[in-house]
Amino acid sequence: MQIRPVLSALRKHRVATVLIAMEIALACAVLCNACFLIANRVQQIRIHSGVDERALAAIKLTGFDEKDGVDLNARVLSGLATIPGMRSVSVINAVPFGGSPNNAGITTDAAGKQFAGVVNFYTGGPGSFTALGLRLIAGRAPQDDDYQPVVHFVPDDALVWVSQSLAEHAWPGVDPIGKEFWVGRPHFRVAGVVANLARPSPGEGGPSTIEWSVFVPSQPGAHFAGTYLLRASPEELSRVLRDARAAIAKIAPDAVLETATSQSVASLRETFFQQDRTMAGILLGVIAAMLLVTALGIVGLASFWVQQRRRQIGIRRALGATRGDILGYFQTENFLIVTFGIVLGMLLAFALNLLLMTHYELPRLPLYYLPIGALILWGLGQLAVLGPALRAAAVPPVVATRSV
Amino acid sequence: MFAYYLDLALRSLRRNKVLTMLMVLALALGIGATITTLTVLKLLSGDPLPQKSTQLFYPQLDPYPKDQPFSRSGKKLPWLMSYVDAMNLLHARKAQRQAVMALSQVKVTPQAQDGKAFYADGVLTTSDFFPMFDAPFQYGAGWASADDESREQVVVIAGFLNDKLFGGANSVGRTIRIEDHDFRIIGVLRPWAPQPRFYAVHLGGRDYGKGEAVFMPLQGARADGITPNTVMSYGPEHTDMQHLETAQSIWLGLWVQLSSADEASAYKLFLANYAQQQVALGRFQLSRVAFWDLMSWLRNEQVVPDDVRLQAGLALGFLLICVVNTVGLLLAKCLRRSREIGVRRALGASRGAIFAQFMVEAGIVGVAGGMLGLGFAELGLWGIRHQPAQYASLAHLDLSMFLFTFLVALVSSLIAGLLPAWRACVVAPAPQLKAS
Repeated sequence: MQIRPVLSALRKHRVATVLIAMEIALACAVLCNACFLIANRVQQIRIHSGVDERALAAIKLTGFDEKDGVDLNARVLSGLATIPGMRSVSVINAVPFGGSPNNAGITTDAAGKQFAGVVNFYTGGPGSFTALGLRLIAGRAPQDDDYQPVVHFVPDDALVWVSQSLAEHAWPGVDPIGKEFWVGRPHFRVAGVVANLARPSPGEGGPSTIEWSVFVPSQPGAHFAGTYLLRASPEELSRVLRDARAAIAKIAPDAVLETATSQSVASLRETFFQQDRTMAGILLGVIAAMLLVTALGIVGLASFWVQQRRRQIGIRRALGATRGDILGYFQTENFLIVTFGIVLGMLLAFALNLLLMTHYELPRLPLYYLPIGALILWGLGQLAVLGPALRAAAVPPVVATRSV
Repeated sequence: MFAYYLDLALRSLRRNKVLTMLMVLALALGIGATITTLTVLKLLSGDPLPQKSTQLFYPQLDPYPKDQPFSRSGKKLPWLMSYVDAMNLLHARKAQRQAVMALSQVKVTPQAQDGKAFYADGVLTTSDFFPMFDAPFQYGAGWASADDESREQVVVIAGFLNDKLFGGANSVGRTIRIEDHDFRIIGVLRPWAPQPRFYAVHLGGRDYGKGEAVFMPLQGARADGITPNTVMSYGPEHTDMQHLETAQSIWLGLWVQLSSADEASAYKLFLANYAQQQVALGRFQLSRVAFWDLMSWLRNEQVVPDDVRLQAGLALGFLLICVVNTVGLLLAKCLRRSREIGVRRALGASRGAIFAQFMVEAGIVGVAGGMLGLGFAELGLWGIRHQPAQYASLAHLDLSMFLFTFLVALVSSLIAGLLPAWRACVVAPAPQLKAS
């Protein structure tokens, strides 16, 4: 197919060509960035919490007096353990996706000068480390005498287990085992590293801090009561949780069960990411509507051109052009226009990405989005022009002999 | 003349129904999306107290102590104030009105026998809160400033809590059990919920929604052991929640009302002097301060969720694509009618008349797109009301947005019509007539 005649014909329709190319350029910019935003959301939704989500649930009680905490712990632990199917019940301060993080800024020196970021402290009673199903990749698992009483929000001087992500952030390139850190006066020493451990509200401090979590083995007591981790087999979990919630009314009639948090970890996760899923859905909807509108624009303009050139088409056919030639002509024309649009669109896509980066915590648009976007738009253009082009190909040569 | 153009335009639009429908549909989609997202954006970034917002100010200090190695708050000033500073500024009474506040989740136990205890959002504040924020009373009134110090166990409740507990009756004088202490109700508010909840920013409350249920005097509530939602400590010691008043922690917001620019600059000076004085006394490390009026404070703290701004931007981009699309289609339509234009010009129509004719045609597409777009916007807002967001229930199309829809539709279609109309009016009549 010769390109020169197509180009000189387009030069006659400069305005319309520029319009379609602009539409394609805008569509390309929005398409690449919207896809990138969706990919980011999906990545967030898919984070590893590091715990056995399908086998875990939380029960959260509030509204009891602090001095009753010890008694409440004892009643709940023994009361819930008798529920059939319950594998374990332990005291914990929070679960991933359950909210109520225990955040504190840590420093890697006692003087408080080497700030290493704001991390979340999970305090877990005996049994909780195993129940969570954390995967140990260095060091040892907590032993019975590692569980120390909580002084304020954590034990004052304790062995802790950190996530791999936090270890790499705080002590890059060195063995984190035995390293120390401080929160003002309280002092901690790393005894082990777990593969993953997400915060109770992952993402609140930015995407890179999702797993900045510390597990501190702690002795349940007055300052550490009210939230419980239940473990059951995935099939039985929903029934066990239902039974547990019913049993709490008898075990602790004076406490208030926080229904929003007293859920399985899987459904807490579902709720936690609902907003992100909605946003991804909206972005998909925008992409679909935008592609539809763009396609309609191409169909409209191409139909007009076909109708306008009926005579020329007839003459070309009479002079020996085949139907394939006519079809090819319109397809080439569309390909050229879309290509102009894509070239402009790639620049626009980067500009838009830069603009988004100034407003949101978003990485740079990876380059491979551009050829994918280009392919989609080329495909869309060819599909949209196919109908009008086929109609053009069907123009009989006899049209040339008629004066319209 | 307009009626004639209208008739011509309708005829022309009817002649090519599919193309017309495509144009209207594309424009309607763009307008529907734009109006939906703009309604939400307007709702979320609106002025919470339009009659008062220019008079309300939020001061900030850097309470980091002198004997610490460095200030930890970085470039931004701490959002909240320590008890000591908040009380010093409150008692100085340098503003027309001033109130300190913290938010708390409190357990409310209904008096009825089988009433199950529940948690409600509460505000711990001082007496000026109600007159300063124009909180309207249905029954009773707020507490006097003397009660701030006397640790009186009184409470003002929101209308929705009054409905829930007392069936909407006048409950002034009755008692309500909060965190296992009896509080005497002295006032019931009418429905009052500034959006966004400017005073709750950083206090651990919700930025949007129906508002808090109980309002208690700060000292009285603290005496009963009620603790604030947000406490940020800046000292090396762990904060004891029962002794927040002396701890190195920030947990209070201070708002002041100043009725003129002169008063505001005087207060700013007072604030700067206060900070310098504290540095001189050896309490503070740095004497920096900030002083925001309400709307700048909301903007600076970016209260509007990122997603909402992103959606509005996307919708605008989409509308732009739809407008470009409409330009293309209108252009195609009008170029096809070159001969008709030639005939009209030959019969005496001026260029202006041709231009007007095509603009009317574009305008009709716009109005039709606007009406359909309004339908899409209602659909979109219905969808938002079913989202699990704090502001979901507030998403309704108001009259100004309704009118704005048509304005957006008309303006975007007229912009879309400009180029085709101009192309149409410069068509030279003679060649067109010759061709036939």
